[in-house]
Amino acid sequence: MAAPTERKAVIVVDDVHVEYKVLATGKRASAADGSGLLQRSRRTRTVHALKGVSFTAYENDSIGIIGSNGSGKSTLMRAIVGLTPTSQGAIYAASRPAMLGVGAALITDLSGERNIILGGLALGFTLEEIEGRVDDIIEFSGIRDFIELPMRTYSSGMTARLKFAIATAKDHEILIVDEALAVGDRNFRNRSEARIREIRDNAGTVFLVSHSMQSIRDSCNRVIWINKGELMMDGDPEEVITAYDETNQ
Amino acid sequence: MTTTDPTRGGTLTKVGGRPPLRPYLQDVWSRREFVYSLARFRIEAENQRNRLGMAWVVLRPLLNAAIYGLIFGILLGSNSRPDHFLEFLIIGVFVFEFFSSSFTQGAKAVTSNQALVQSLSFPRMSLPLSAVTQRLLLFVPMIAVMLVIIVAFGTWPQPEWLLLIPLTAILFVFNCGLAMITARLTVHFRDLTQLLPFITRLIFYTTGIFFSFDRRFSTHHTVLRIVDFQPVHEFLTLARAVLLKGPDYNVPMSYWLYSSLWAIAMFALGVVFFWRAEERYGRTH
Repeated sequence: MAAPTERKAVIVVDDVHVEYKVLATGKRASAADGSGLLQRSRRTRTVHALKGVSFTAYENDSIGIIGSNGSGKSTLMRAIVGLTPTSQGAIYAASRPAMLGVGAALITDLSGERNIILGGLALGFTLEEIEGRVDDIIEFSGIRDFIELPMRTYSSGMTARLKFAIATAKDHEILIVDEALAVGDRNFRNRSEARIREIRDNAGTVFLVSHSMQSIRDSCNRVIWINKGELMMDGDPEEVITAYDETNQ
Repeated sequence: MTTTDPTRGGTLTKVGGRPPLRPYLQDVWSRREFVYSLARFRIEAENQRNRLGMAWVVLRPLLNAAIYGLIFGILLGSNSRPDHFLEFLIIGVFVFEFFSSSFTQGAKAVTSNQALVQSLSFPRMSLPLSAVTQRLLLFVPMIAVMLVIIVAFGTWPQPEWLLLIPLTAILFVFNCGLAMITARLTVHFRDLTQLLPFITRLIFYTTGIFFSFDRRFSTHHTVLRIVDFQPVHEFLTLARAVLLKGPDYNVPMSYWLYSSLWAIAMFALGVVFFWRAEERYGRTH
């Protein structure tokens, strides 16, 4: 190893703004709504979800993102993965980040096992590699009894656990976990926190969005607090969480 | 902590930008097992819910052919019907089914896989390719049934029948190109999914599935000249020429050239068109 120089930057978030146009009905305006012929004349309102957020994430960072509901945490994460376009500023990353949310199952009509294989192949494993890992993934997700059933029959907790197990089967350089751990039971939470630390130790960078200060304390070395689209604080977990708790008294 | 060089000397790339075409295509190629497995598992899943399972793959086009045969062969009999009308019709309906289902399934390839697209990062081009692969896997048993029917009506297998293999390959490439184009279009305009059945039906009725262009328009040379360049018509004509014998089934060699050119052009256009919006797939607005 070379002398401890500056750590390698993995993600640079550079003065990022995100604005949504919301139709008067409350429906989010889509690109198609505003174009040419089919333009709708309804009044739109602009929601400023992120107002100039900047930070740099380094390798071996595991960053907790906290903030109240609607503060822009998920918008920030979606912008980092590229699912939400920025209206100003830009995000730079060393590799394509992967995001794990509590959303829908991968392919609901297929069994858990099939989803593991497909997910693994999509992540770039060969069929042989992923078949060798299926057992570990099932073991990790802890849903062996249901693995033959289609995923549409799974509870949201089971879905989230399986998705976490699939996505973390690969050592991602950048992994974003959006409240997925909250649905697991205590036992699963411990295992997944251990897995997050492992990814981080393998030179990965993990973002963890959560309302559980306990799981953030347990697995993060840095915390970013977002409030109303602005970055309030960025630093040591204890300090940031204490400050956050004080304003929420 | 503000930065003067946000890319850190070029080690970082902008999120939301798309990779250059070459590495992108290499990436797609490295996911070929994903493309194939997704297609295969989908077929399994779809058929599990039906009591007759896989039989529907063949039953559906057969029932279709029966209806068209009844209406256009018996009720509306006309002089535009060629010899071996039943085989003519079956080949037409089956080959068209491969084309039209690739077209409609390909169009939904990205929009119906939002959960997958949003949670795992992989080249999105795998999705339309997988949709067409799925239709190809379903087309194979249909070919078998088609051949059985043709033999049952008294045409014995010929070595020429092997030409079905390159023909299927050309059609597959063509369908992939088309699916990549429609997959992206539906991302921009969801309304397209509503229009698709009408477009397929329009192509169906103007392609010569239950009538022969050569007979119906034998005195209209412009019409015949135009359909010479209609790709789906070319595919159907070639399939019939390969499988059937008779004065109605002579096909100019140029059809092989035209259809191959169509397939290559459509595929190249589809690849570039789909890739140019790679960063957009999965976005919700």
